[in-house]
This record gives sequence, structure tokens and C-alpha cells, in this order.
Amino acid sequence: MSQLLILPVIVPLTAGAVAVMLRKKPGHSFVLAFASAGLQLITAGLLLRYVYSNGILASQIGSWPAPCGITLVADRLSAVMVLITAVINLAVTSYSKTDIDINLVRRGHYCLLQVLVAGVSGAFLTGDVFNLYVWFEVMLMASFGLLVLGQRKSQLDGGVKYVTINLFATLLFLTGIGLLYGLTGTLNMADLNQKIPQITDRGLLTALAVIFLGAFGIKAALFPLFFWLPASYHTPPVTVSAIFGGLLTKVGIYALIRFFTLVFAVDMAYLNYLLPAMAALTMVTGVLGAAAQNEFRRILSFHIISQVGYMVLGLSLHTRLAMAGTIFYLVHHIIVKANLFLVSGVVRQLRGSYQLSELGGLYRSNGWVAFLFFIPAFSLAGFPPLSGFWAKMILIWASLESHQYWLALVAAAVGLLTVYSMTKIWAEVFWKPAPQVTQTVQAPRFPNPSVWMLAPVAVLTGLTLVIGLGAEFVFKFAAQAAEDLTNPALYVNAVLGDQN
Amino acid sequence: MQTLCAILAGIIVAASVYLILDRHLIRFIFGLVLAGNAVNLMIFTVGRLESRRPPLIPDQVTAMTVPYANALPQALILTAIVIGFALLSFVFILFYRAYQSLGTVDTELMKVAESDPEADSPASGAGDGGPV
Repeated sequence: MSQLLILPVIVPLTAGAVAVMLRKKPGHSFVLAFASAGLQLITAGLLLRYVYSNGILASQIGSWPAPCGITLVADRLSAVMVLITAVINLAVTSYSKTDIDINLVRRGHYCLLQVLVAGVSGAFLTGDVFNLYVWFEVMLMASFGLLVLGQRKSQLDGGVKYVTINLFATLLFLTGIGLLYGLTGTLNMADLNQKIPQITDRGLLTALAVIFLGAFGIKAALFPLFFWLPASYHTPPVTVSAIFGGLLTKVGIYALIRFFTLVFAVDMAYLNYLLPAMAALTMVTGVLGAAAQNEFRRILSFHIISQVGYMVLGLSLHTRLAMAGTIFYLVHHIIVKANLFLVSGVVRQLRGSYQLSELGGLYRSNGWVAFLFFIPAFSLAGFPPLSGFWAKMILIWASLESHQYWLALVAAAVGLLTVYSMTKIWAEVFWKPAPQVTQTVQAPRFPNPSVWMLAPVAVLTGLTLVIGLGAEFVFKFAAQAAEDLTNPALYVNAVLGDQN
Repeated sequence: MQTLCAILAGIIVAASVYLILDRHLIRFIFGLVLAGNAVNLMIFTVGRLESRRPPLIPDQVTAMTVPYANALPQALILTAIVIGFALLSFVFILFYRAYQSLGTVDTELMKVAESDPEADSPASGAGDGGPV
């Protein structure tokens, strides 16, 4: 069964390598990428099914016994994250078919896309801290390429900001790994879970945890480390924005969850106050930043930050219910956010702009696009019975249960402000009459978005509805995944079981 | 020796942070190079330095006796160096391209992405077959 752990990584990685050779044939490389994404989805689905019924799956690569070799582990959280990654991969690959210029395909768009997805999946599946660093790098390199592919001035500008801060975060991460190794003599996460409680110097341990919080905080765009995100996410082609917005910050969140439930599963002194404060400030600044924006994708970028705050809120409460809320939020958010970026691309296709002031009247002219925007947007804002409502409700409920009333209050207030931003887009883009000014912006390339663009948007919207209406099932799954997380012994046994 | 290496790594980090905080990209990149080296030196040092005993298992013995030279940090550093080299070469090219099309290395003056990103044209030299 260990093949199931490797396939979701190796399939896109191989496809990425082959796509380098096929990049001069755009048609072929699309078919290859699409097939790879489909295959990855199937393997990820099988992996989730296996983990769902049989519990945590661990595999030692090259048969080196656990703390020495590289371990791949899939618990419920990892498996569901890999599945969502594959869903987004398929959606974005399909969307690329007509959205991505043929010149960009020739320069390796699909290649980078598949390598990015391989890096993300690898980061979700690894059970080794240094290996996590390597997957982060794979992901980062591919994202650098995707971000600047096309070389418009704004892309280079956004790219400089994105690259510099992310490289700094990487070095911070590597520093943390070095110190962790110096302190414990191991880099296997399960083994670290066993060794860390034996360390007597708690001050050193807390300092180390803060280094990791800084490194992953930059990747996840937490307050006050988020400024690179709104400076860069709106510059690449919208396909790239969608996969970045959906997946990349969430890898940072995933790493935070792993580190603070498994590796640093001890009392973390002042981090118990630092994390909730960061979560609250992230939520508030993100949503306020969005309120000040008037460009479709920049509004969405700021909302990523605000939503990341909710996930860290769940992590900081550290109860089972809160963790379940975080996992529910992750699943809901990735789908909705990628979808909203794709919808903004459809609008751009129809009207040739992302500026709210230049848009309007789409409800009258393209009612179905309005519907495809309405569902994810108001799911993000937390309208019942859509998925975002349940995600927010679980987290607020968990805060109340832990007697963190102010956190619950902040979460509810930020939810209301999110409604403000979404209604702003709704009113400006879809509701108000189209502006009469002559179109100075470039004419849309295809007046009607192709089925390759609309199908992924429709499918992701459908998924949002399914999660919203089938919330009970998703919540049960999230609760089980949270059980895995709050009980690290399960994970440790699965990895080190043979020795203990 | 360990103390010396630790202090040295600290000094290099201090220098690199000073350079990284500069708004000129050229200084930033030198800072990045230094920081990468400092981190590698740090990883090397936390593996505990031991120069006299190679990590070899003698005959008729199944395990090594401590202390011995730790080989793992070297493997980690090797990986980090390879990755760091690739990243740096990308960063050099990116900054060079940014300088070519934005005409500055001063990050304070890089504000193209703040305005409407759709309005700007492809940078010069972005024709087919050009560098990515």
C-alpha cells in the first residue's frame, strides 16, 4: 500500500519532467498535464479512501528504518489536503487551456504547474522535517517560475517582493532545522515528538518554536508577515493567482499545524498568547485591507490573509473541536478561494478588466457567471447553508467553548466585514449598470469563455455546495482528522511502531 | 572550536541582516549569500565538531563509539548548498531582468505592481525563445 503514498507526488513530478521535453508542443503538453492531474486525483482519492478506513499510513522510503530514513506519512489531514491539491490541480490545468498564452506554454507553464503541485503534495505527505524543507523548496522554485513567466513589468516587480521574503523565510526555516537537530539529534517528526519533552531547557525550545513560527508565518501570510502577498498575487495570469491563492499559503498553515500538534506537542509558554493574538490581528488586518481595495484580485488576495487568520485561530485554541474547525476551514477555503480567482478570470475574459470601476452589468448580461460568483463569494462570507458558514460556526463555537469570548467576537465581526467586501464586488461587478465610458482597456480575446474555463468553475462551485449541504459528513471527517492531530501517539505509533 | 564557529556564524548573520535590510537589491543579494553560508556553518556546528575520529565502524564492532565526526550535517549542508545555489542563480537572473525592465534596483522605486497591473506591456526582450 506504500505506493499510494508515493504516487500523488511522483505522478506530477514525472509529468513535469516530461513536460519540459514536450513544451514546444503546447497541445501535447496540455494533454500530458491534464492526464497527470487526472491520475493524481485518482491516486489521491485512493489514498484518502485507504486512510479513511485503515487509519494512518506510513512508509519508509528505501526501507531505511524510521528515524534514519525519509518517512512518508498520510494521516487524515494529509490525505484530504493531497486530495484537494489534486482537485485544484485538475481545475487549474483545465482552466489553463484557454487562459494561458501559447508562448507561456512553450516556456514551460505546465511543467512548472505540475512541479509546483508535486512540491505541495510532497510537503503534505512527508514525515521528516528536512524533507519538508526540500518539498518547500521544490514548491517555491516552481512558484517563482510561474509568477514571473510572461515577464510583464508588474510581474517582475511582484516577483522581486515575493522571492526576497520567501527566500528569507526559507533560510529561517533552515536555521530552525539546524537548531532542532542540534538540540535533539533527529529530524523525524514522530521521533521529535518523543525527544522534545525530554529537553530540559524550555527557553531554548520556545525560542526555536518562534523561529519556526516566523518561517511558516511568512509562508502562511500571518500578521505582521503578510505584506508580500498582496504585493504579488495579483500580478501573474489569473490561473497562477488561483493556484497560489488556493494552495500556497495553506502549505504554511499545514506546516504550522504539524509543528504545533506533533513536534512541539508540549506547553509552549508565551506562544499560547502569541498565536491567538496573531490570529486575531491577521483576520482583522486582512479584511480591512480588502475593504480599501478596488481591484478584483487584490480584494481576493487580502481575503486570503483574513481567512488564514481563522485557520490559525483554530490551531491556537488547540482543542479537538477547534482543530476540526481548522481542517473544515482549510478544505472549504482552498476550493472557494481558487474558484473566486478563476471567476475573476472569467469576468476579465468577458469585460477585459479587473478594476471594479470599469466593470458592471454582468448580472444582466451573463446571469450564470453571476451565479458562479455568488455561491463561492457568499460561502467565503459565511452565509448559511454554504460551506463557509459551517467552517466559521465551528470555529466560533470552539472559541466560546474554550472561554475565548473576544476571539469569537473578532471572528464574527470579521465575518461581517467579509460580507461587506463580497457585496462590494457583487454590487460593482454584477449589479450596477455597465459603465458607459469607451473601453480603453484591451479588448477581450474570447468574448465567450470556453468550456475549459467554465467547467472547473462550475465543478468547484458544485463542490462548495456539496460541502455546505453535506456539512455533517465533512464535519465528522474533520473531527476524526482532529482526533489524529490531538492524539500524536497514533502518528508516532504508525511511524515508529516497529521499534517501540 | 565549536564556540568559535558559533560566534562566527552569528557575526555573519549580523552582517547579512544588515545587508538584507538595505533597499538596494544588489546589497540584498549579497546579504542572502552571506546568510546562506551562515546557516550552513551553523548546521555544521550543531552537529558537534570532531576532527580526529572518522565515522567508521571498526572490525568486530557493530556500533561506533562517541565521539565521532558526524556525517549527517554534511549531507544536510550539501542538499542546502545545491538548493541554495539554484535559488541564488534564479534570484540573480530575476534581479537582472527586473533591473532591465524597471530601470532600478531600488525597491522603494518599484511600484509598477501597485498600479493597474493589466495596463503595463510585456517587458522588452520577452519575445519567443527568450530567457524565462
